[in-house]
Amino acid sequence: MTELILDVHDLSIDYRTPRGKLKALRNINMQIPKGKIVGIVGESGCGKSTLIGAIINLLASNAEVTKGGVKLAEDELFNLSKKQMQALRGDRFSMVFQDPMTSLNPVVSIGNQMIDIQYRDKISKKEKAAKAAAMLDKVGIPDPESRLSQYPHEFSGGMLQRIAIAMALLVEPELLIADEPTTALDATLEVQIIYRLKELQASQGCSILFISHHLGVIAELCDEVVVMYSGEVVEKGSVRDIFHNPSHPYTQKLLQCDPAAIKQKTRDLPTILGSLPDLIEVPKGCIFAERCDSASANCHENKPKVSQLNDNHMASCHLLNEAGALYA
Amino acid sequence: MTVSSLKQMLVMPSFEFLTGFKLAIKRLCKEPLGLLGLILVTLIVGSAILAPWIVPHDPIAIDVLNRLKGPSAEHWLGTDQLGRDIFSRVLMGSQVALKVAFSAISLALGFGLLLGLIAGFGPAWLDHIIVTLFDTVRSFPTIIFALAVVTLTGPSLTTIILVIVVTSIPIYGRVVRTQTQALSAQEFILAERALGASMPRILGVHMLPNVIGQLLILASMDVPIVITIEAGLSFLGLGIQPPTPSWGTILNDGYLFIRNTPWMIIAGGIPLILCTLGFTFLGESLRDIFDPKLRKDI
Amino acid sequence: MLNLLEARDVRVRFRSKSVIKSLIERDDDPFLDAVCGVSLNVKPGETFAIVGESGSGKTTLARAITGLVKAQEGSIRYLDKELIGLSSSQFRPLRRDIAMMFQDPIGSLSPRLTVESLITEPFKIHGVKVDDYAEEARRLLSMVGLPAHFASRYPFQLSGGQARRVGVARALALSPKLIVADEPTAGLDVSVQGEILNLLATLQSELGLSLLIITHNLSVVRHISDRMGIMYLGRFIEQGNTDDIFEQAKHPYTQALLSANHDPDPDAHSERIELQGEVPSLLQRPMGCEFHTRCPHAKDICRSQVPEMRYSTSGHQAQCHLIDAI
Repeated sequence: MTELILDVHDLSIDYRTPRGKLKALRNINMQIPKGKIVGIVGESGCGKSTLIGAIINLLASNAEVTKGGVKLAEDELFNLSKKQMQALRGDRFSMVFQDPMTSLNPVVSIGNQMIDIQYRDKISKKEKAAKAAAMLDKVGIPDPESRLSQYPHEFSGGMLQRIAIAMALLVEPELLIADEPTTALDATLEVQIIYRLKELQASQGCSILFISHHLGVIAELCDEVVVMYSGEVVEKGSVRDIFHNPSHPYTQKLLQCDPAAIKQKTRDLPTILGSLPDLIEVPKGCIFAERCDSASANCHENKPKVSQLNDNHMASCHLLNEAGALYA
Repeated sequence: MTVSSLKQMLVMPSFEFLTGFKLAIKRLCKEPLGLLGLILVTLIVGSAILAPWIVPHDPIAIDVLNRLKGPSAEHWLGTDQLGRDIFSRVLMGSQVALKVAFSAISLALGFGLLLGLIAGFGPAWLDHIIVTLFDTVRSFPTIIFALAVVTLTGPSLTTIILVIVVTSIPIYGRVVRTQTQALSAQEFILAERALGASMPRILGVHMLPNVIGQLLILASMDVPIVITIEAGLSFLGLGIQPPTPSWGTILNDGYLFIRNTPWMIIAGGIPLILCTLGFTFLGESLRDIFDPKLRKDI
Repeated sequence: MLNLLEARDVRVRFRSKSVIKSLIERDDDPFLDAVCGVSLNVKPGETFAIVGESGSGKTTLARAITGLVKAQEGSIRYLDKELIGLSSSQFRPLRRDIAMMFQDPIGSLSPRLTVESLITEPFKIHGVKVDDYAEEARRLLSMVGLPAHFASRYPFQLSGGQARRVGVARALALSPKLIVADEPTAGLDVSVQGEILNLLATLQSELGLSLLIITHNLSVVRHISDRMGIMYLGRFIEQGNTDDIFEQAKHPYTQALLSANHDPDPDAHSERIELQGEVPSLLQRPMGCEFHTRCPHAKDICRSQVPEMRYSTSGHQAQCHLIDAI
């Protein structure tokens, strides 16, 4: 059994709304093994943000954990006090956000921000600055020493995102959470960021939770992939399992929809018909049944069980149970 | 600006507003604070309108024998230093107070809105001129400005209104200008331009509804402020001339006789407090109602 | 066939310093060229795609064509009418023919108006007599595949895809001949992107519309456009039939862009071309070929001489010295 850095087990989260309880996450199970990059794929409304909120223990005030928990290595996060949790953030895990323009403080120089983040280390300011410069060099910022005194507005978006990554890795976290870090960037810069992230991950040995809606990026960067739909994990497995042998109808559809995957020119692009289910009154059957082409009466009535397709490839679909032999 | 486009600007927004007006009142009644505000404001406005018919005593009839009396069945809020019935004076005073507040604020709001929209959406040089004008006006202390105007025109209700209007235009104007500038950078304004919408239409249909909410709450919170300004100016002899009752003169009389009786200052203060609360609550709920995103029922 | 829209050497310049500052610093050219001599034409019923990354000038070009930004040089002709230099009131009647869709599906809808008011607004703006606005709204909603009860919703109550459909309905209201769509799929989920693109394709074939699509997403371009141009620093560096370019991209920048949008396969990553560095500033355009600072094939000639637009063997144009070598 590999060592787990993050273990989200049976996690369910509700939001209190005027219309009733919105069941945003239901029985989420996902793990990040040590030293691996795990990607979460899902469209808007799938619960990605709530899941991140739960992992860093910063949920909205109307959210309520009804079941399960999150374990960072050996620590059950929901049992920690506010202070203990605070101590974890920016030490054992750190984050990179979607928009680098707003995630860095505009009135503090890059150098000072990078020195401040090392407040736990008992080394001199000079050494901290040297460490910061070394890290900037690693993410590919030319002439790092002199750039430490510059302010965020003096950098381009791609540079800033690299600085944000440098800052996040400076604390040598066990887990780096990257929430759509390349979405705001151009394709040619996206490539650079992915390569840097991959190199750094290899040299530092941390684990990465990488959230993106861009399938190409996920395929390229991640070791394992978790596919979420409407607050549930519908399929997870190694990146090759997911991209070469997608087993849940939603995953299959999602991969088909990506225009980059369609080689033949067409004016009739595949889509997923219908809309997301209401999470206040969650459908009693399979969550995807409403939009699934191969749904039977059973799919609308009963929740599917998780089918283990190989060691770490699993999917929740009735059709797999019936045709289990195919994948056994 | 052509006549038709002017008409478009004036008619269009009010038309799109009025369809929702009944709904707005309905929604207002659903919010406890909004309802309280509405009740208070209706009470104050109602009593001001009906004051001449419902006052139990002549508010300016002097009764020296009964001066500085406490509350009694005869005089609900007691009498003042000349034996006049304070309750009647408060009722009549509300007329003056609201007359000043409504006329001054609606004029200031109208001009402020217009100038603010022009400054925010128009060319930069016009913006500079209008903002400089605003700053110039704001740099005069209200009272000094009032003194100057009164020396020229003599004290009267019109003078008070004029002074308040001129000094409040920049307050509204600045809010509208900031909001307009923020809005004009947004994509939907560009989309309207690409559709060929005229300037008056963009301002009237798309900008106005987005700034009016802020303005309404500002205006309703301004009502009590304006009433106190009126009181202050009347105290200095620059506004309402005795014996006409106003809340300001009642407060000031009360201040002079506070050692003899507390009733006068309480009687002058309570309507002011109720007025402040009423208009503030109403203003806040109105803002929520005019912003569809803050509406609770959808 | 006659061109519906024809742009020749369009140049859009923005002031980069205030008048006073440029006087003090004695800078006699305080401008930057956001769009720098672009030519393109769109035929009736055709889709032309302008592809570029942020800062390439693609949005500015689209806005110059729709008269929202003033172009200083060149010519933009719609049928027989020159668009550059028209005042906003002269441009107004043309807005019935040229509709524009903006990037942000929800943010480009006026937030206090209902969907019905929004999609019937074009009629009110252009004084088109309509007997029953509600009926007209229903017709437009059904054209874009939305149920009639959406008429009473506000923009914030719509999902991105629904809001985009409302945007399409608004663009269609006056039966335009050309729709300029700035990033029509931005901010939408992949499964919804397909819906919107299919809708545009259906409407195009039914109504004979021409589309000018501005996007950074190459994988979308392949399926929806007939011809395309790739912008870098305000110029087209490659232009031609979409199929040709996808088969035989000539410019190294196009090649890099194509490789960044390859199909999602964990075993395909070796194909990616990583470009070094970042897009140069428009204030300091590189000498010679403007792409040489990032080009993996750059030679001496690229650093000193500006390449000409050349026809490649497959018939499309590219601006590169090494066009036949790579």
